[in-house]
Amino acid sequence: MKLFRVRGGVHPDYRKELSSEKATVPFPLPQRLYMPLQQHIGAPAEPVVQVGERVLKGQMIARSTGAVSAPVHAPTSGIVVDIGNHTAPHPSGLPQRTIVIEPDGKDEWAPLPAPVADHLSLTPADIAKRVAEAGIVGLGGATFPSAVKLDLRSRCRLDILLVNGAECEPYLTCDDRLMREHADEVMDGVRIMAYALEVQTVLIAIEDNKPQALAAMTKAAATLDGDIRVIGVPVRYPMGSERHLTLALTGRETPARKLTADIGVVVHNVATARAVSQAIRAGRPLISRLVTVSGSAVAEPKNIEVPLGTHVSELIAFCGGLTEEPRRIISGGPMMGQPLPSTAVPVIKGTSGILALTEAETNERPAQPCIRCGTCVSVCPCGLVPVEMAAFIRKENLEGAQASGVLDCVSCGSCSYVCPSHIPLVHYFNYAKGRINALERDKRKRDLVKRLVEARAERMEKIAKAKREALAAKKAAAEAAKAAKAAAEAAAKAAEGEQPAAAASEDKASA
Amino acid sequence: MQEILLLLIGTALVNNVVLVKFLGLCPFMGTSNKVDTAIGMGMATTFVMTLSSVLAWGIETFLLVPLDLAFLRTITFILVIAAVVQFTEMVVRKISPALYQTLGVYLPLITTNCAILGVALLNVQEGHTFVQSLLYGFGSAAGFTLILVIFAGLRERVALAEVPAAFEGAPIGFIVAGLLSLAFMGFAGISAK
Amino acid sequence: MLAAVGSLAVLGATLGTLLGIAARYLRVDENPLEAEIEALLPGSQCGQCGYAGCKQAASALVSGEAKPTMCPPGGRETAAAIAAKLGVTVDLSGAEEMEPEIAFINEDICIGCMRCFQECTTDAIVGAPKQMHTVIGEVCHGCGKCVEVCPTEAVEMRPVPVTLASWHWHKPVSRMVH
Repeated sequence: MKLFRVRGGVHPDYRKELSSEKATVPFPLPQRLYMPLQQHIGAPAEPVVQVGERVLKGQMIARSTGAVSAPVHAPTSGIVVDIGNHTAPHPSGLPQRTIVIEPDGKDEWAPLPAPVADHLSLTPADIAKRVAEAGIVGLGGATFPSAVKLDLRSRCRLDILLVNGAECEPYLTCDDRLMREHADEVMDGVRIMAYALEVQTVLIAIEDNKPQALAAMTKAAATLDGDIRVIGVPVRYPMGSERHLTLALTGRETPARKLTADIGVVVHNVATARAVSQAIRAGRPLISRLVTVSGSAVAEPKNIEVPLGTHVSELIAFCGGLTEEPRRIISGGPMMGQPLPSTAVPVIKGTSGILALTEAETNERPAQPCIRCGTCVSVCPCGLVPVEMAAFIRKENLEGAQASGVLDCVSCGSCSYVCPSHIPLVHYFNYAKGRINALERDKRKRDLVKRLVEARAERMEKIAKAKREALAAKKAAAEAAKAAKAAAEAAAKAAEGEQPAAAASEDKASA
Repeated sequence: MQEILLLLIGTALVNNVVLVKFLGLCPFMGTSNKVDTAIGMGMATTFVMTLSSVLAWGIETFLLVPLDLAFLRTITFILVIAAVVQFTEMVVRKISPALYQTLGVYLPLITTNCAILGVALLNVQEGHTFVQSLLYGFGSAAGFTLILVIFAGLRERVALAEVPAAFEGAPIGFIVAGLLSLAFMGFAGISAK
Repeated sequence: MLAAVGSLAVLGATLGTLLGIAARYLRVDENPLEAEIEALLPGSQCGQCGYAGCKQAASALVSGEAKPTMCPPGGRETAAAIAAKLGVTVDLSGAEEMEPEIAFINEDICIGCMRCFQECTTDAIVGAPKQMHTVIGEVCHGCGKCVEVCPTEAVEMRPVPVTLASWHWHKPVSRMVH
């Protein structure tokens, strides 16, 4: 199949051999499970259990709230010991609301939705509903609720389902192992999703450095009919970025600030496809995922099927512990992953890898002046000009940065990787994006405040006016009453005056 | 036609009023911080310079020469320029209050812009006709505007660079202007005169 | 001699008259810049700048009486925007960014007197007579008027808490190694 050229990108040392040739192992029951209420993009889930309650494996412990949200399920049976703030697996180290479960060791399943043997018996809307109820989100790392993505068929004209098996980040091999070991389940999920999205063409993209995965998936695809193609894509970071993968395979470039769905393509990760298959065929909600634990500081790097909510410390201990003090512990890959504040944080739906990197592997150097070599411009896959954007941001000129397109940056890190002066370019862009968003929020708040002040002023004016009118009305009524009384008195006097006059005239008349 | 074109190019590029004759440096430095301000200033100066050149030519031809009042040239020219600038100020204030506020004191300072008086006096010195005076004034102003906008663009970029503290602002601006002047000396080879 | 004086006088008079006529036709009544500056201000009429309201503050800014950094709730962005609009340079490096604050009512001390309720310009305080009062954080813009009128000092200003949703990366330190 003809592939299209994608601009930029880098070739880091992949180091996948640390964990790629070992089979995945299941994780034994963890000591405690910490399930944050927000493991997805969108509104946090609301707990539906209470402290002290016993929950079963796969039971919903928090329901989704709103259109873009996802529920949370218990990874094993046990007692809910706390619903409160615990450190989030986030570089800020800030707490977030978490449900803590103490496993009882029985690993007892809750009653699950009925398994569906023939997915064609369900409507696409039903499939999306079951995917939503299973709490499935994008397992490539974006954690966007998959059901909402499946529902895009009603909003956009879709013609291609692109299954992302690229896994372009160094060290990570979980998708590779998944495709090698469970190609059938992945392919089944792909089939279900293609039906749910009502698309005719399915393209499965796998980077060329995974020949066994390519073979396994091609073999599995042969059993299905329809237009399903397994394609090997060139090895280049960030080939796994959905916009760039879409461009490489279809030649269609996603417009800025738009979705790939707007150009007819929906992208799903292979792990998401497997989760969908399990949800529909077995009624299983999303309660565990494959995680790559790697890095030179880990004694035995490997891929593990981890129950969600397991502490990173337990994972590392399961891998033989640390051989030396790591310079950094990262959730995700080394290019785009987030540094973790400590190992006392849980594995969540979006954790594709845990890396313990040594000093040598992080290669941190102090930043030197920019020499305007332009290498960052040639590697930017989004076609931006990092040298210019960084210059604006250094001088706090955020409008200039925005005009240069900093909001279109996907933070892939290619520019920082190649900079000969070791300037942390992607840090500048993350800072700028954060500031611009914060300013937007402030502006919205100021507009709201303005509206409220005006509304209140109007209300006060109305109340004052009503008071004035009431007072005036009262005065007028008092005046009217007084006038009426005076008139009545005058009339009475007149009548009195008339009577003696009448009597007098009568007397006169009679006299 | 060719003569007109030659005159315009000659005044705008070859004998550029800012970079070759070194006139009008005050507004050149003062309003070249942003490209938008520079464009506004350039347009205001063009209006003033063209109108003043023509009026100055008229005063010279119909008042000063017939009445033999050549010694009053400077003061009458300044009078005319001041009046035109006042008029321009009123127009700018009406059309764009923001530009009026941005230009600030540099708008009335166009009066003392030696480039305008210089162009008017040069017209007399060269003995230009009405059309030649008009084109000379307009060409000089066009050159002024062009250089002002180019320079503003350069200064916006220089503002993003790591300039040593002692050089920030006007000093590095003058150095850049000097380099720009060197570049424009290349046009001297195609001078018509 | 006469020709010189006469011609100058005539020239002056003519130009003067023409300018006078032009001034009549090109009159600008109110400074529309004021309205534009007012739009940049927060508009909450909090009075922290010392002027009666945002409209008066805008007039002061345009006339040059007040500096662009005079609006505390507006912060750096407002000061920069005002300075850009007025075409003046403003040195923001020395200006201390005031930590945005919102009001917080200590429920142990509040007596439900409704005085803060009446002061609040954005209706951020909910409560009823003799009932507990509380502040809606998303709407409070930190003007501080409620703090002044509370008879029991139950209201205090606290910095806006940072949440996972509002946190963002800090700026990398530009340490030049020469």
